[in-house]
This record gives sequence, C-alpha cells and structure tokens, in this order.
Amino acid sequence: MRRLLLCLVVVFVLVLPLWGNNYIIRLTTMMMLYSVLSLSWNFIGGFAGYPSFATASFFGLGAYSGAISQVHGVPMFLAWPVGGLVAALFAAALGLAILHLRGHYFAIATLVVAEVLREIVNSWTDLTGGGMGLNLPILRLDVNAQARLFYFSMFVLAIMTVIAASYVSKRRLGFGLRCIKQNEDAANMIGINTTVYKTTAFVLSAVFVGCAGAFYASWVNYIEPGDVFEVLLSVKPIVMVLLGSSGTVIGPVLGAVVFLFLEEMVWRNFLTFHAGVLGLLIVALVLFLPGGLLGLYFRRVFHWKESR
Amino acid sequence: MNPILQLREVSRHFGGLLALDNVSFDLRPNEIVGLIGPNGAGKTTLVNVVTGVFRPNAGRIVFDGQPIDKLKSYSISRLGIARTFQVVQPFPEMTVVENVAAGALFAAGAKDLESAKELAIEHLEFVGLAHLAGSSASALTLADRKRLELAKSLAMDPKLLLLDEVNAGLNPVEIDRSLELIRSLVGKGITVLIIEHLMKVVMSVCSRIIVLHHGQMISDGTPSEVGKDPHVIKAYLGSRYAAREEGNMA
Repeated sequence: MRRLLLCLVVVFVLVLPLWGNNYIIRLTTMMMLYSVLSLSWNFIGGFAGYPSFATASFFGLGAYSGAISQVHGVPMFLAWPVGGLVAALFAAALGLAILHLRGHYFAIATLVVAEVLREIVNSWTDLTGGGMGLNLPILRLDVNAQARLFYFSMFVLAIMTVIAASYVSKRRLGFGLRCIKQNEDAANMIGINTTVYKTTAFVLSAVFVGCAGAFYASWVNYIEPGDVFEVLLSVKPIVMVLLGSSGTVIGPVLGAVVFLFLEEMVWRNFLTFHAGVLGLLIVALVLFLPGGLLGLYFRRVFHWKESR
Repeated sequence: MNPILQLREVSRHFGGLLALDNVSFDLRPNEIVGLIGPNGAGKTTLVNVVTGVFRPNAGRIVFDGQPIDKLKSYSISRLGIARTFQVVQPFPEMTVVENVAAGALFAAGAKDLESAKELAIEHLEFVGLAHLAGSSASALTLADRKRLELAKSLAMDPKLLLLDEVNAGLNPVEIDRSLELIRSLVGKGITVLIIEHLMKVVMSVCSRIIVLHHGQMISDGTPSEVGKDPHVIKAYLGSRYAAREEGNMA
C-alpha cells in the first residue's frame, strides 16, 4: 500500500510537466520545497520533541552560502550541497550550545538565532550585499526549461529527505529520539547518549533545509535578508507537521501539501488578512486536531477494528 | 571476592545542604543490600550520584574495577548499572514491550530493534507482564508500572541494580510478589541495592543493611544488628526513646 502510494507520487511527478503549465509546476516545486522543510523540522520537533524555530536560520544560511558560492563562480549544482553543508555545520555547533535547554527556553533560543543571523547578513555588506540583497548569475535557459530543471532538482532533494526520514524512523536513531521526546531523564538512564542523539537530529533538520535554501536562491535569482531569514519560514513547517501528524514520515508531507493549498486559497481570498487567517488556522488545529490529519485517519481505523 | 561497587568518602552538597557526607561502603557480588534512612537522609541522592545524575563533590566511586564518578549517566548504564525511579519513569506513549526493548537496545547492546523486542518479551515474562506487552505504558496500573520499570532495568542486562522504592504504594499482596521477584534476581547474578521505607521488605530480603541519616552512614550490618543499633533507634524514634531503651537494657 505504501509502495503503491510512492509509485503513484513518482509517476505523477514525472508526468506532470507534460501537461502542466508553469504555474502548476511552480506550485508543485513549492510543495516539494515545503515538504523538505516540514520533514526536516520533524527530525528535531516531531521525533525528538524539541520545538525548534531554527528552520529560518538554516534556510537563510543555506541560501546565502549557496548564493555567495555561485557569485564566486561555483557551479549551481555544487552550490546547493555547499548550502546544506554550511547549515549542517552551523546546526552541529548551535546544537551543542543550546540543546541542553528544554521546552520554551529552547524555542526562544532558536528564535533569536535567526534574528542574529539576519542582522549579521544585513551589516556584512562586502560579502552579502547587505540590505540591498544579492543577485545570482542568470541561467542561460528558456523559462520553461528552467521551471522544469528546478522542478526535477527539487524532486530529487525531496526524495532524499523522505529516504532519510524513513531510515531514521525505523532505526535505532528514531527510536532513541522518541524515547528522548517522552522522557529525557529516563532515556539518559537506559544508555542513550542524549547529547549525540539530539545533535544528530538537529543536524538532520538543517542539512536538507540548507540545500533547499541554496536551491531557492538559484530559483528566484535574487535574495535579501528579510526574505530568507523570515520568521514565517520557521513557523510554517511546524504548522505543516502538526497539520499532518508529527513523528511520522507521511504526516509532514501530507501536511505540506494541504498547507500549500490552504495558503494559496487564503492568499487569494484574504489578501489583507492572510496572516490572521493563518493564525486562526493554527488555533483551530491545536484545539480540534491535536493528532493531525493522520491522527484522524488512525482514529477511524482503530474504531473500525474495535467495533468488529 | 572483589567488591562490585565501592564508595570511598563520597560527599555531595546542594548549596549549604550536605546531602551525602563522607559515605563509604562496598557491595559484594550477588548481595541484596538494603539502604534505609528517614526522609531526607540522602538515599535518592546516593542513587543519583552512583548513576551519574549528579557528580560527587568529593570522593571516589569504583564499579567493577573502574572509576565511574566522572562518567555520564548513559555510559554508566552501559557498564552495567541499572536503576528504577522512585516516581516511575516510563515512555508513556510507547507500548510496554517497546519500553523494555529500549533498555535492551541502548544499554545491553542488542543489535537491532527486532532482537531487542524478543529479549524484551523474555523480561516481561519474568516479571509477569507479558500479557500486557502490546498495551500503552500509560494505561498500566501503578503496580504494573513498577514491574515495567523493573523489566526495563533488567533488559539493560545490569550487574548492579538500584531499586529506589519499587514497593512504595503497593498493597501487601503486590509487595509479596515483588519480593519474590527481587529474590530471584540474585539467581541471575545481579547485585541489588534496595532503597526502601518499608521495614518488612528490607528485613526479609536483605542480607545486609546500610543506614543513612542526614547524609551520614550511621550503621552497616545484618538486619538484626542494625535493628539493635542505638544510633539507628535514635535516628528513627528520637533520642528520648533511645535513652529509655538503653536504661531498660541496663
């Protein structure tokens, strides 16, 4: 059943560019980008239970390191992994420094980091262009070919993230992270090196986001600090994961897809009030759907099993 | 026989409060030793210091020939010290068997989750929880949670097991079952240190009793020796009672 679903998705993605217009392709690329963000947050937030608001930091860091490498002549396809690598190294250092904080304290610490990075990028004008932003080398390809190039590249990154997530979910690392989420003291006591586990989760939550950031920079050709370090980039993945179901592999992807549809609809219909509608959505989610959409599905299945 | 655990002049203070004051004792392999003392005597602190939750401020702790007072909790538990918590600490959203498998996987070095679960079932059978293997840990009764805690510790394949009030809150029938379990542990080659309030428990299963009072070790001996020790009587029943007892004896 799960295999079938995966095959369907792959076929859909391969066939879509044949008939889809550029708007549909852009939307689907965005959908896959969102999936990468939500799956990444799920490593630290869903599995380990640490409410990280660091996604924007990793995204912005990836975007700027990718963009700066490209400006200095590094080929585009190499610049993306550079973005991932920089974000991952940063996450490792940051994780060792702040992962001993729990709950709100951790959330606030990660929230602040994005702001600090934004300020640094803003004032380091020589390297980053500061508030003026940074222009990337233009690809010499026609618009349709470009859209498809980014579409398929994003698909590869999304697939890599899904593979990493399902690998972690089934293995020792995922199991240990779930233990940490539920009771960190007990986890320590049964022999889990919690520092290493949490840092690994944090690095995993950064590496693909960093790649995605660098990808985004090449995709839109121009980045500025306010755009790639935006706090919404940290909030949205959390909403997507909660919307889907945290601590699973399908949940965050489902959440990303549904969220993008909601966002497009809200954007179109509530142009002046979209942030407010988004907020209401989050409140409704927490109140009425604590287990996410997948939780709803599981509830149905279990009821069905019990009633038989 | 070489001691399995050695404490030498171990002290730990919290601010101005001396929770452990120069505590020294040995545990020999396959002993069941009771650690008793009034509330606030430092019993749980001692467990926390041995398991690496707190570092001792002074003194040395040697386990199985290896100093452990500078190690972190996770490496101490991998060496073979397991503990149960006074307030049970399950992984509430996991099933019972997953809880126990966690111990086998991370401390005992089971090679994957599947083999860890197989081991877990054995331990659940041993403590009599196998019929609840698939249910969620948060759904268990207190007595079952305490047994789960025990199974989890056993799955860690410990050489030394520290039981912090595993019997608190249980009814007499449950206590008797739990005592049988504890006695059978020695057959598995496990040394047991029981921290306990219930005198019935320590008197009936322990070959030796250590008494803490205000962080100091005031007595160490067989149950009957400790029961007669004037220091212990004083600590538990007050100095006037102790003086009267001495008067009666004379």
